[in-house]
Amino acid sequence: MPERIALTVNGQRVNVPAGSTVLAALTLAGASACRRSVTGQPRGALCGMGVCFECRVTIDGVAHRRSCQILCEQGMEVRTDA
Amino acid sequence: MRERRADVVVVGAGPAGIAAAVRAAERGRRVLVLDDNADAGGQIWRAERKRAKPVSEAAPWFAHLASSVGVELVCGARVVDRAGDGLLVELRGNVERVCFERLILATGARERFLPFPGWTLPNVVGAGGLQAMVKGGLPIEGKRVVVAGSGPLLLAVAAYLRRRGAHIAFIAEQTHWSRLVGFAARVARSGARLRQALALGGTLAGVPFLANAWPVAAEGTSALEGVVLQTPRGRRRLACDYLACGFGLLPNLEVAMLLGCAVRDGAVAVDERQRTTIDGVFAAGEATGIGGLELSLVEGEIAGYVAAGCEREAQRLYAQRAQARGFARALAHAFELRDELRELAEAQTIVCRCEDVTYERLARHSTWRSAKLHTRCGMGACQGRICGGAAEFLFGWRNEATRPPVFPIRIAALTAPYEDMS
Repeated sequence: MPERIALTVNGQRVNVPAGSTVLAALTLAGASACRRSVTGQPRGALCGMGVCFECRVTIDGVAHRRSCQILCEQGMEVRTDA
Repeated sequence: MRERRADVVVVGAGPAGIAAAVRAAERGRRVLVLDDNADAGGQIWRAERKRAKPVSEAAPWFAHLASSVGVELVCGARVVDRAGDGLLVELRGNVERVCFERLILATGARERFLPFPGWTLPNVVGAGGLQAMVKGGLPIEGKRVVVAGSGPLLLAVAAYLRRRGAHIAFIAEQTHWSRLVGFAARVARSGARLRQALALGGTLAGVPFLANAWPVAAEGTSALEGVVLQTPRGRRRLACDYLACGFGLLPNLEVAMLLGCAVRDGAVAVDERQRTTIDGVFAAGEATGIGGLELSLVEGEIAGYVAAGCEREAQRLYAQRAQARGFARALAHAFELRDELRELAEAQTIVCRCEDVTYERLARHSTWRSAKLHTRCGMGACQGRICGGAAEFLFGWRNEATRPPVFPIRIAALTAPYEDMS
């Protein structure tokens, strides 16, 4: 059995297979937007490869982390800014 | 500050970087490979290394890499600046100095995005981008996906997503039918490429595909709900969960520009030995111009051999590289972006997504620098990596300079090495 990882997204518990990105966990938790733009528009991941910075979220209290590049870890607390 | 040192340092662990590392190590050099991603493979071989059966072209290279003596692979490492004659690299929140005798830049490419109304809505994503997200665990089964833009990548992505259970509602390719037919004839001349094309065709049987078609608007309130396509038979509205679009690829030039390497026609300039204009610095793969997998591999091999001082082995590969470059030229011609795409953005359409700068505000300027100074376009977190490619196509502007740090970095990480000194 592949290992499962439990984390929270905006306080909601999510279970993902090991090797999943934080972005995948956000989507499973039903969050399509990761952040608000400087004029308040909802934004989600665009490039999927760490270049565009649209997928930024707060992970364990650290802001501006790229959710498409970071793998889920046990007990991670993820917050969107949307 | 921790320091790492190797005879040859390779930046980027995609096909070109892997090929370069393998060849240099084979000739007895100590090689350090740095990559920003969680694992080696680059975009094209993302998540393939840990699979039991990686795609057929990747398998031998991953095997070579694993069996190479003297190659160290460090993932999650980002070059942020130069440090003396070395590189300043961020790794898990710390910075390190990386020193080398020879440096090979295999920094790959990113997708070009073009702005159209609604393109900033969540779930409007890159084509290669969506594939990368799905490889990272994004659930796609049962989702309706429209794939649009230009290039063979669209078909590869659509086939991948369909195999993973997505419903591909439509594929819109902007180029002309006549150019596609010419390109198909060229593909058919190569047995391997023809087999790949036929396999793609098999996977995509029954999926609606049109040339001369492109997205003109993405619609939705808080996220994407549908897309409007321009087709030869008029406009067509389709409901979908994702719009995956990419308008070709752009070389990643930031590290090369940081080091002062000359850039020509939007790619790192190299001579026949893959040397850049900076002594001891080589470049290979998509960073030197978009050419696909075969060209990336052979350029990587040449760079690896020359960096290890083995000119003769490198020269034996020149003919193979010339052939691959011929294919790259055919690719560029077949999927050249049509002029109508310059009309997609409306006055209020956002071009710079980091700073929310609209088309109308940019159109008042005559250079990238002027636009930056007055609107903050290209000055947000992505540092112009997304809007730069759009501005180049829309206005003919080119970003001629880069400024460190080339990636945003926490101040604490940047200052930590100097704290002892105070």
